[in-house]
Order: sequence, then structure tokens, then C-alpha cells
Amino acid sequence: MNDMINFSRRSFIKSTALVAGGLVVAFSIPQAKRFMGVANAAEALTLPPPNAFLRIGADDSITVMLAHSEMGQGIWTTLPMLIADELDADWSKIKVEHAPAAPSYVHTAYGIQITGGSSTTWSEFERYRQAGALTRALLLQAAAKQWKVPVAGLRTENGYVINGTQKLSYGQLVDTASTLETPKNVTLKTPDQWKFIGKPTKRLDSADKINGTAKFGQDVQFDGLKIAMVARAPVFGTTLKSYDDSAARKIPGVIKVVKVPTGAAVIAENYWAAKQGREALKLVWDEAGHDRPDTAQLLKQYQALSQKPGVQAAKAGDIASVGKQAKQTLIAEYVLPFLSHAPMEPLNCAVKITGDGCEIWTGTQMQTTDQAAAAKILGLKPEQVKIHTQFLGGGFGRRANPRADFVSEAVEVAKAAGLPVKTVWSREDDVKGGFYRPMFVHRASITLDAKGKPLAWQHTLVGQSIIKGTPFEGVMIKDGIDATSVEGVADSPYVKGTANHQVHLHSVQSDIPVLWWRSVGHSHSGFVMESLIDELAHAAKQEPLAYRRQLLKDHPRHLAALNLAADKASWGKPLPAGVFRGIAVHESFGSYVAQVAEVSVKEGEVKVHRVVVAIDCGLAVNPDGVQAQMESSVAYALGAALSSEISFKDGQVVQSNFHDYQVLRMKDMPKVEVHIVKSTEKMGGVGEPGVPPLAPAVANAVFAATGKRIRRLPIGDQLA
Amino acid sequence: MKLNINGKETELNVSDDMPILWAIRDIAGLTGTKFGCGMAMCGACTVHLDGQAIRSCVTPVSAAVGKKITTIEAMQDDKVGQAVQAAWQQIDVVQCGYCQSGQIMSATSLLRQNPKPSDADIDAAMSGNICRCGTYQRIRVAIHQAAEKLA
Repeated sequence: MNDMINFSRRSFIKSTALVAGGLVVAFSIPQAKRFMGVANAAEALTLPPPNAFLRIGADDSITVMLAHSEMGQGIWTTLPMLIADELDADWSKIKVEHAPAAPSYVHTAYGIQITGGSSTTWSEFERYRQAGALTRALLLQAAAKQWKVPVAGLRTENGYVINGTQKLSYGQLVDTASTLETPKNVTLKTPDQWKFIGKPTKRLDSADKINGTAKFGQDVQFDGLKIAMVARAPVFGTTLKSYDDSAARKIPGVIKVVKVPTGAAVIAENYWAAKQGREALKLVWDEAGHDRPDTAQLLKQYQALSQKPGVQAAKAGDIASVGKQAKQTLIAEYVLPFLSHAPMEPLNCAVKITGDGCEIWTGTQMQTTDQAAAAKILGLKPEQVKIHTQFLGGGFGRRANPRADFVSEAVEVAKAAGLPVKTVWSREDDVKGGFYRPMFVHRASITLDAKGKPLAWQHTLVGQSIIKGTPFEGVMIKDGIDATSVEGVADSPYVKGTANHQVHLHSVQSDIPVLWWRSVGHSHSGFVMESLIDELAHAAKQEPLAYRRQLLKDHPRHLAALNLAADKASWGKPLPAGVFRGIAVHESFGSYVAQVAEVSVKEGEVKVHRVVVAIDCGLAVNPDGVQAQMESSVAYALGAALSSEISFKDGQVVQSNFHDYQVLRMKDMPKVEVHIVKSTEKMGGVGEPGVPPLAPAVANAVFAATGKRIRRLPIGDQLA
Repeated sequence: MKLNINGKETELNVSDDMPILWAIRDIAGLTGTKFGCGMAMCGACTVHLDGQAIRSCVTPVSAAVGKKITTIEAMQDDKVGQAVQAAWQQIDVVQCGYCQSGQIMSATSLLRQNPKPSDADIDAAMSGNICRCGTYQRIRVAIHQAAEKLA
């Protein structure tokens, strides 16, 4: 970690004085890979600011610009920790802002501005520390110049440059610093010098979020801003044929009704008027040539496909060659439903179109994609579209849409209305409005030898691709395989460790819009794989933890997490009467998470009492943040495992709000204990990897309790 | 229509049937109270009406005439509210934060009625407030801590 960063070679750096005074430090890393074909990182070098990561004010304030969005995962605190350590900053002087949409802020690995894939901390670990180190070097030079002494004798501490008994605050140095040449080299600190990194650190956004002052997209208000609600097609893929708005326009507060590509938008003075206006619309939809999907029919179609060869995603050996050694074969079918993200904050987006551009206020996980989409609609250049990222009232993937759906729609509404508008989705709009975790059917046929070890593993997945048809298709679908459909299976250590294996995929086409949902493909594959392993252990008459240890013996990070969770959960020791354990371990987004769930089943109702989590994410920059994300993942995944499901009947989504799209509530929250593996391995993510092992750990405990194998989620009333 | 919001008599030009939520957010401009579901299923819109926690998304303004509406913006002036907010910060409850105004309003109401709630009491009182980030465990701990501080 003691990297000597040669900026002249690796990075483009510049320091510029802000109009408002103060020091701005900005640089871009040219090696950022061109990822989704949307942005070219090389362009970042030639485009003008705003591209600052860090701003020091004359008042000593240190403003950290977040290239990513805060949606609960805690980067509002973690990224400033990276800067504070290198800068020797006074933590109490740190302020944080979301950066604008600009090429300078593109993801260091993905090349677009995105908050996703549990990647923020590892992808910014170098860039934000470099920003801090560079700024510190400039401040030292500035102090040396003011004092007319060599830099070598100076040190920094808690927001000051110190020379013996003299000291100057960073704020006192910014004017001089902004006139200096940027240093060519800086040395990053070694872990033993860190004061913030690795220490549990309280959130910087806490105070504003408990007194009502934090601004979410929903809270954007300004003079002249109107509220819009869009009546969207009840059957996906269909379009508005005609509408009668005569009754809607009579509702007090309704200003006008306009047609947009997604339907009809009611523009009103406030939400209540817009909602009533929308209810008064008479709408005729053109459904010709469109399917009316029905979950029961889809399931039959998926099940039939799962028994046919698909596109090959992985292969080794020959699954037909194992006849003689074969002892037994397990054939199992698993079914996972469509799921809605259902973030607490319903979608919304405020748009103001001006003479020479457009301003957008929203909570988004994908600024540059939204910016490009808005620019295209309005015939503008991307830099003419300003995006003001607000706090996100939950994201979970829903606000990272390659199709920029809710932003594009809001821009269309503002354009058609000729007014600044904020589109607001109702909860019903959110639940019925699409972009679901796709439904999946998995069918596995696994042959074991006499010792219970898998000899052959045939696995077929059926589900919609979340990438097909999006701008990311060219980069993310290879040889007909959307990697996000088969992740967790095609790359599973269990499958790869089986000499003869074959993974096939059927990517089903449909008008149902699908999207990544917290942990993406692992949200279904983690459940299937860790349930299957439990099934195999049972078939082989082996203890499930020991069975996993044997199969994962060459996977030390899986094992470390598994052993820590088992140890902390006292695996194998007696439990209170009626309580049973289940275990699971899964790798996703570069982290390894094992969970032990303690469960009882009473009159068909599953109660999860306690979940012990162990994670190896490499360095845990903010251990308290890691703990919070594990707690969060357990809650998010448990709600889905127990009761969440989006289904279709006669082409329409059945569910509409939290009474029938059920999520976890306080009464069902288990006690969650989190243990972090001490690790110096490569850093992984923490926002998502806690999700995949939860459902199988619970389902495996249900099997231990009842002997019933859960092969379909949600568990719902299957045990009744 | 005259409404008492956070101790101030406020004249709002709204129809009788407008839910309190939209009157305080869209008309009075107090955005700390959140919209989550519109049918009293999630608790994000919780405010106090004469000290009682209510779901403002389904309660019409006509029901608040002559009564006192208290929102998250006034909790810092409330002894119980202060203790709850301090505990929330101490335990670092929040994640995305969107539901937390409602959680704090429900927790404050609970502690006023039951100064020493058990886990079961907390589950019963708080299960109407959804948190998609799953901060429930920390909310439980924070409510106990606030209760201890107030005792």
C-alpha cells in the first residue's frame, strides 16, 4: 500500500483557484477503462471543470465531492475517510456534496458515472487517497513558501501545517497553494499511519437525516415547479391510443394534461391535485400485438425450457462419462419470482428546461447515463444537462437504469408541458411500474460418487436478461450469455470443482422490464447453489458444514468466512427446543459472506431468531459501515425470502402497495451479529454480498426443522 | 383553512379532503415528513396530531382543524424527541434515511405512552413503519437507549 504514485505518468492533475476562493484539487485517471461504450475516460482529460474531488475553503472547511451517490450504503462517510487520512484533516471540518454529472467523475473501472456493483469503496480507494495526499503536498509547499523554510522540516496534523511552534491552518494556506505547481509525486501512507481507515466511524449524514433537513429528490421545491403524475400502460409494452382529459382538467389545481411516450401526464399545482386529476382521466391503450403475461403460464414455459439445451455458459469434461462411478443423481428444480426493489422513496425527478440547457434534480445511481438520455431527448449536448444528485431514499439498483427510464420520462413531461415539473410516482406506480428482478427457473442434475462428491453437474437457467436491449448489451453480453444471468453458477467453486460440468442459459424475451436488484444474479443463484449443496450433503448423509468445508478446501476466503460464522454461531452446539440452524456461504462482488440462521417453524410460520454473519471483504474501511450493510442485507433478503413476489395475471401486475407486496417489518427482524474476517486480501464490496446467503441459510434451517426442502421463493405459505 | 403546525397558526389554501401530508409538504413547504405509500402501510408520513402518532397520508386536513400538528421539524424542541434523536445519532441508526422521520415520530409517540417498552412493545408499536434499509435492529437499541436516558 506504500505506493509511490507518479502522477506525471499515471494521472492528469490540476489545481485551480475557485471563483469563490479556496483550493480545488482535481484529477482524472486516464486508465479508467472504457466499459459500457457510453463514456470515454480519455475525454475527461480535455473537458473543463467542474471536476474537483476536494475543496478547501478559507474557513478551513474541507468539502469532499462524491463521484458516487449516497443511497444509505454510507459512502458519504467512507470516501471522506480516505481523503481525511491522507490530508491529516480535521474530521469536524469535513463537508460532503454530491458531484455533478461530468466525465471527471466516471467510475475508475467502469468508465461511466455509476453507483453500483458494490464497487464504490474499492474503486475509489486509490483515487480519493491520492486527492488527499496531493492536497497535503500542496499545502506543505504553500506553508514552506510563506515561512520561507524547506518543506522537509514541516509536518501536518489535524488541519494544520506545523513548523516547530508555528502553525497555519489549511484555510490560511489555500491562496498560496492555489498559485503553486502541482507536485509530480506523492507517497501514500502505510496502514500503520492510518487514523480513519479501518476504524469504526459514525456517519456524516446522520444529523440531517434525523431532523428532517436532508434533501431527497422528493423534497426538491422551487418557485414555478409543478407536480406531474403519469398514467402509464397497465400492460407493459403497450402505448396510449387516445385519452379524454375533460374531467381531469376540472379538478382544482390541475393545470394541463400532456401526452408523453409513456402515457398521459397530469400537470398540477401539487401532488393531491395531480393524483385526483390522473384518476379522472379516461384512457384507451393500444394493446395490439402485445402479450398479456401470466405468471402461471410463464412458469410452465420456463419449466419446459429448463429441460432443453440452451446457450452454453460453462463446460468441462463430459457429464455423460461418469456412469460407472455414479452412486446417485439429484435432480432439482428451483423457482424464483419477479421482485420489486420498492425503495422507501418513490421515484421522482424534477426537470427545468432553460434557454440553453436543462437542469435535473433527482436521486440517481447513474448520472452520465441519465444526462446522455436527457440530452438526446432535448437535442442538447450532455454538458448542457446539469444533474443535481439528491440523497437517494434507497436505490437497490432501481435508480441505475441503463434506459434512464424515470429521468427520460420526466424530461419528456417537462418538454411537453413547457413548464418546470417534478414527476412523482405513487407507491402503486412503483410496484406496478416495472424493472423487476427477473423471474428465474433453475434445473440442476447432479451426480455423486460413493463418497458423496459431485462427479457431474448439469445446470440450466431460464430467465430474462437484464442487459439485452440496453446500451450495455455490446459490452456485457458475450456469445449470447448475459454474465449477470449466470453469475454465482457458472463461476461457482462447486460447479468449477466438479470435473464434469455444464451450465446452460435460456434468455427469455418479454415486454416485462427487468433490472438488477440488490446482488443482481446472485440474488437467485446464491439461493439455488447453497440450497443444492445442502441437498447434496443430505443425500450424501454428511453434515452440511463439513460437506461444504470439503468441497471448498481450496477456497480459503470462502472457508474463512464459513468457519468464522460457524464458530461465532456455535455450530453443532445445542439450541433451545424447536430452534434449528442453517448455513450458507457465497461469494459476490469480490466479497465472501457466510451466514448461520437460527429458525423455528410454528404452524407453518417461519420465524428467524438470529443470523450470524461473517464477511471477508478485504480491508474494511469503515467496519461500522460494513456491519450496517450486513444488517441491511439480512433484512432486505429476509423480507424477499419470506414474502415478496411480483406476479402477473392477464397481463397486469397483481400487487400494488405494501399490503400485497410484503417486505420485512420490525416484528420479523432477527438479531443480527456481524463478524469481519481480518483480511489483507483484495477489497470487495459490502452493499450487496450480504444478500445472497440469507435465503439459503434460512431455507436450510427450515429443512433442518421440518424436513421440507424449500425450492421456491418466497416461502410464503408453503409450510402451512 | 387554518392549521396549527408546530405551534404556529398557518393559513393554507387547501381543500378539506387533502391529506395532511400534502398540505404540510406541498403547501406549507415542510418536507421532513415523507411520502412512502399513500395508504398508511409504511409509516414514512407519521406526524403527531395532539401528541398522537397518525399517518398523515390518509388523514384529511379537515380532521386537524382545532388540533395541533407536530412534525419532525419540531422534534428538537420536544424533550422525548430530543432523546430519541440523540439515541438515533449515538447508535448511527440511519442508512438512506428516508423513513427515519416517520420512525422517530412513531418512537417518540411510543415512549410518551410507554416510557419503558420491552422488545415486544417496540415490535408492536414500530411494525407499521417500514425501513427498506433494514435498520430495525438499531432502532430497537436506540429506543431502549432513549428510554433509559429519559428515565
